[in-house]
Amino acid sequence: MSGILNSSIGRKFAMALSALFLMIFILQHFVINMLSVLSPDTFNEVSHFMGTFWVIQYLMQPVLIFGVIFHFVMGFVLEIKNKKANGVKYVKNNGAANSTWMSRNMIWSGGFILVFLVIHFIDFWIPEINTKYIVGDMSGMHDGEFRYFHELQEKFVPIWRVALYCVGFVFLALHLLHGFGSAFQSTGVNNKYTKGLQGFGKAYAILIPLGFIFIALFHHFTH
Amino acid sequence: MNLTLKIWRQKDSQAKGQMVDYKVTEISEHMSFLEMMDVLNEQLVNSGEEPVAFDHDCREGICGMCSMYINGEAHGPDRGITTCQLHMRMFNDGDTITIEPFRAAAFPVIKDLVVDRMSFERIQQAGGYISVNTSGNTQDANSIPISKHAADEAMDAATCIGCGACVASCKNSSAMLFVGAKVSQYALLPQGQVEAADRVKNMVAQMDLEGFGNCTNTGACEVECPKGISLENIARMNREYLSTTLKG
Repeated sequence: MSGILNSSIGRKFAMALSALFLMIFILQHFVINMLSVLSPDTFNEVSHFMGTFWVIQYLMQPVLIFGVIFHFVMGFVLEIKNKKANGVKYVKNNGAANSTWMSRNMIWSGGFILVFLVIHFIDFWIPEINTKYIVGDMSGMHDGEFRYFHELQEKFVPIWRVALYCVGFVFLALHLLHGFGSAFQSTGVNNKYTKGLQGFGKAYAILIPLGFIFIALFHHFTH
Repeated sequence: MNLTLKIWRQKDSQAKGQMVDYKVTEISEHMSFLEMMDVLNEQLVNSGEEPVAFDHDCREGICGMCSMYINGEAHGPDRGITTCQLHMRMFNDGDTITIEPFRAAAFPVIKDLVVDRMSFERIQQAGGYISVNTSGNTQDANSIPISKHAADEAMDAATCIGCGACVASCKNSSAMLFVGAKVSQYALLPQGQVEAADRVKNMVAQMDLEGFGNCTNTGACEVECPKGISLENIARMNREYLSTTLKG
């Protein structure tokens, strides 16, 4: 087991595991966000639970942050190593003849997602950490009622932010369109279920980001 | 047909290469690409110029020697073929064809379109074999039961001719399709089981040592492979490697 990250297959495997973990997180995030459309009260309660339950806050949140950082750092490390392996560039290279745009540009879609994530953290995560752990207000209340749904709606009032989020989700979809299937291939999963899994992956890659876009637009137009 | 060729010329491994334009005329559409290169070289020799160096041997799509990156694709714009099997009917009169050597840090250019693919040989030497007693009492291979499915898959993997098109097509210059095929052809058969753990570990270690890149599953290698080696072989190698390494 020692030094598995020193091998190309080990690095692929680690990258794939962090990707699978993040895809499960995104699904969970999506389900909770959808509650804001379906039932604001339930959304408030679940948000309060997620924001205050110690297992999530002190155990799962650090694992998630590690997973995000690991995925990005490893992505850049692999890109640098691969560029080094290339040698002299081709004068003419017809990449579109044998591979998808998504598969060839994971570093770019991932880079844009990173930028989006920084904005997303500034918008939601940092104010949340500030309220709970710096100001010390763990009540989740504002003016006698839960603040989560109200804060969410407020964030999606400016159209520029809605547009920015929509672009971010498009890049997420592009990243997932290759990333989902690629993660399974890297872990060695390629069998009779692969075709079905690839189909499921395509549906996941399109429907989840589309759902996030819907949520952002919904709050912008219904506020 | 009359063609303009843009060809990478490089005097030796140390020289700085460049693209040079040539014209060839009256090329028959029935010619193979290598025959068209022969016409060009004859033309160059007759005019006292240095002919273009390129790899070739069997000219039957079996040896894996002919390389060339033609119009942005390994072995040119056709599927399931090597360069010697590429015919000039794939091109049109008046076309400009760009011809470059396979590019990868692990495939250094020796001269013009000839690259050093000995890194593949060293990977093979690291574990791409089985140890068989050949002292006169070798067991008849037919006496070992092997399922038809496993035999077929092993044979498919064994058709890899080690041409390097997978590396040349990969945006990461990864050799995983080649190594995956070589690992698979033994991993699928009982004869390969004895050295299976050492084989995959040593071949992957040598692959990394040679400076090949990390696979990101673009699938370009599978599309450009003249022998149709499947990505399943990479997944199988990943499984073999991970189970061996994680067991310790």
